[in-house]
Amino acid sequence: MATTQQEASPQVRRKPRLVAAYGSSSKPTSGGWETFSWYFLRVSGVALIFLVIIHLLLMHVINDVSATTYCFVVARYQNPFWRAYDLLLLTLALPHGLNGLRIITDDYLHSRGWRLVVQSGLFLSLLFFWLMGSMTIITFQPTPGVCPTTHTAMVSR
Amino acid sequence: MATATGTRTIHIKVKRYQPDKDAKPYWQDFAVQAEGNDRLVDVLNKIKWEQDGTLTFRRSCVHGVCGSDAMRVNGRNRLACKLLVNDIGARVTVEPMLGFPVIRDLVVDMEPFFAKYEKVKPYLMNDEPAPRTERLQSPEQRERYDETTKCILCGACTGSCPSVWANPDWVGPASIVNAHRFIFDSRDHGGAERMQILGDRNGVWRCRTIFNCSEACPRGIHVTDAIEEVKRAIMFGTTDIA
Repeated sequence: MATTQQEASPQVRRKPRLVAAYGSSSKPTSGGWETFSWYFLRVSGVALIFLVIIHLLLMHVINDVSATTYCFVVARYQNPFWRAYDLLLLTLALPHGLNGLRIITDDYLHSRGWRLVVQSGLFLSLLFFWLMGSMTIITFQPTPGVCPTTHTAMVSR
Repeated sequence: MATATGTRTIHIKVKRYQPDKDAKPYWQDFAVQAEGNDRLVDVLNKIKWEQDGTLTFRRSCVHGVCGSDAMRVNGRNRLACKLLVNDIGARVTVEPMLGFPVIRDLVVDMEPFFAKYEKVKPYLMNDEPAPRTERLQSPEQRERYDETTKCILCGACTGSCPSVWANPDWVGPASIVNAHRFIFDSRDHGGAERMQILGDRNGVWRCRTIFNCSEACPRGIHVTDAIEEVKRAIMFGTTDIA
């Protein structure tokens, strides 16, 4: 009996992240897609509270909606800080919202096939809208002569 | 024997369903003479023994230990044997727990519940050779998971959970409580396996911290807190969390 027990004793512990064999480790496995997705929602959520409130204040409260025209954007995007700000907002808000929708489909769509279809759609729209948005933010150049320079000077900081 | 609270009439509305003759569930009213320190299960017994023998409900120990008589009372999951007439008022609504298939009247099918319970491997896993006497543990190590040892598997938490109502495939609070009981046990080495199961799509992340489960637990287990501890253990990859 004693020899059998010695043989059964594991000499080399396998890494729990790769393989979790019967009773081989008390250390829990961290990571994984679902864990990352949950953590991303929390972290991006906290960041978005500030990003979205500042965005709303700037675009709808401090500046009236009628004032946030093409020329307003032209002026704003002369400062690379606002381009970076908008890119961050897009990069956090879009996956945050679509990931939320993905989780709702996990809750309510019980057919594997429908989940695959809907979640593929969500992923493709994430890809499409993020590419469109980030391309616009990065490459935007004002059309010459459309906006008066005085206006540009007025709203830019 | 008359009690300080005296005998009163309880109007009890029960959701009935007898699959051999009912197309769908319906509500039936009963009036029962009960004393203040009678339990709800006594009231149900009176109905069954004196008024309508077809009323079907589970009960076994009738002392809050076996977990057989969990049901939805006035919209909240309770053990019928731990609820006094004094505490439920003169009008009571009793129905089977939500989120479970109903077999008959207040009896629900617990098979899917136990299948999910088994999924988290709720038993000691340790591949090291057994010592000559026992696997020692300090009082502090025992204290770490003490609360979750108290689960009686009545299903009150799982039946109160909106995430379970939406997605019956989700493991649910009771399974996570019983996973917690072993994950935080210093003698157990199966944490990694359970974490893989609970880190998956139908694992801990379906929990939205609604706290219905903590409110429903007849054993006073802080179920949502236990789920949060498992979440943190998966998140940080260690059971050594504050």
